[in-house]
Amino acid sequence: MVAPSTIKSLIEKTAPHLPEKTRKELYEKLIKYNEKYKLKKKEVEAIIEEVVKEYENAVVEPGEAVGTVAAQSIGEPSTQMTLNTFHYAGVAEINVTLGLPRIIEIVDARKNPSTPIMTVYLDEEHRYDREKALEVARKIEGTTLVNLAQSMTMDILNMEFIVEINPERLEKSGLTMEKIKKKLESSFKTAEFEVDGYTLIVRPKKAEKLSDLRRIAEKVKSHRLKGLSGVGKTIIRKEGDEYVIYTEGSNFKQVLKVPGVDPTRTRTNNIHEIAEVLGIEAARNAIIEEIVKTMQEQGLEVDVRHIMLVADMMTIDGVVRPIGRHGVVGAKESVLARAAFEITVQHLFEAAERGEVDPLNGVIENVLIGQPVPIGTGMVRLAMRLPLRPMEK
Amino acid sequence: MAAKKGFNIFAHELVPEHRILSEEEKEELLKKYKIKISQLPQIKAKDPAVQALGAKPGDIIEIKRKSPTAGVYYYYRIVVED
Repeated sequence: MVAPSTIKSLIEKTAPHLPEKTRKELYEKLIKYNEKYKLKKKEVEAIIEEVVKEYENAVVEPGEAVGTVAAQSIGEPSTQMTLNTFHYAGVAEINVTLGLPRIIEIVDARKNPSTPIMTVYLDEEHRYDREKALEVARKIEGTTLVNLAQSMTMDILNMEFIVEINPERLEKSGLTMEKIKKKLESSFKTAEFEVDGYTLIVRPKKAEKLSDLRRIAEKVKSHRLKGLSGVGKTIIRKEGDEYVIYTEGSNFKQVLKVPGVDPTRTRTNNIHEIAEVLGIEAARNAIIEEIVKTMQEQGLEVDVRHIMLVADMMTIDGVVRPIGRHGVVGAKESVLARAAFEITVQHLFEAAERGEVDPLNGVIENVLIGQPVPIGTGMVRLAMRLPLRPMEK
Repeated sequence: MAAKKGFNIFAHELVPEHRILSEEEKEELLKKYKIKISQLPQIKAKDPAVQALGAKPGDIIEIKRKSPTAGVYYYYRIVVED
């Protein structure tokens, strides 16, 4: 029987270079088996040594083509993904891009995803009460006149634009006619506004032509009365014992400032927004999470290490770069490597113009010209200093 | 610093711990991995995390990443101008 403290110190002594998780697991297992079989110190030592050996065997060898392996490992399950899925986020009627289109979107680092969505978590006070959650959702939800209107007509004779407001919707949004009028008046100096019951009349100050009226009407219609810009519909869902708000559209920077929101858990599926607000490391984590989530949704499993490699490559420059000729591949040093990928002629022309030299250090260049590739054992180079003339005694 | 944003970005789930390395630690790191400073991954000076720490271009940031495979490991980035 060996004391637990001895096991701990033995692990620290023989296996300090193992990852924390492995060391912890080793420790826990050893404790368990020690109780069961009453191990001797020598046996414990032998077990630890064996584990270290196994670990060292499992580590990626220098020169291993990890990028190629990652590409294959992600590519193969991707062929089984549905080509175009619009899925509903749970019961709610929010559209989310999933499957292959979503993976492509992430890897291409699009500035705006086709269906931006925020998952807004609430703070301690608002989390457990539906009413309070609604209150926060109202502050976030973007509302325009179009959302509230029952009917909209254009009076050409009097040069007026008349909007009938739906009282029910008005109440739900938490606005009043007075508030709408004030808000519009402060934003539009070129028009007058009149409120009569649930009717709003817009009168441009100088409108000679019909097109002027139309232009102003369009602007008034889509003017945001409240909420965050870029955010549309919101939906409240109960998850476990707390309420969570899902939003159509995303405005990450602003939503974190809304009172009642828990800024430590709230997130968006727009990776560029995360990079901007929380930094590049958060963006890396977001890329990994989004890819894993999308894969899981399709019932596929890819080892995270491959996805981590992709995310690391995408964020290595401190900005989120796409995989492809505008990003990771485009930044390759070798002309031949770039030319072998896409738009061959243009790359060759440009390289010729600049007088670029290709030192043939990479893999692709060497495959291209038929030389041994610097991968695995091909990485090893020998350097030898030969005596030019016989050494003097 | 972080105060102007209203909340500390390091409190967010997605953001790992960041730390500026001292000069000695920098030396040690480069020696350990036998690399030049230019071979490190980069982080922009305008990055919110860098701004919150007040790091300058040329500093090395140590990032304590949580990983599902290794538990915890350290990653290093050099601060570069935008």
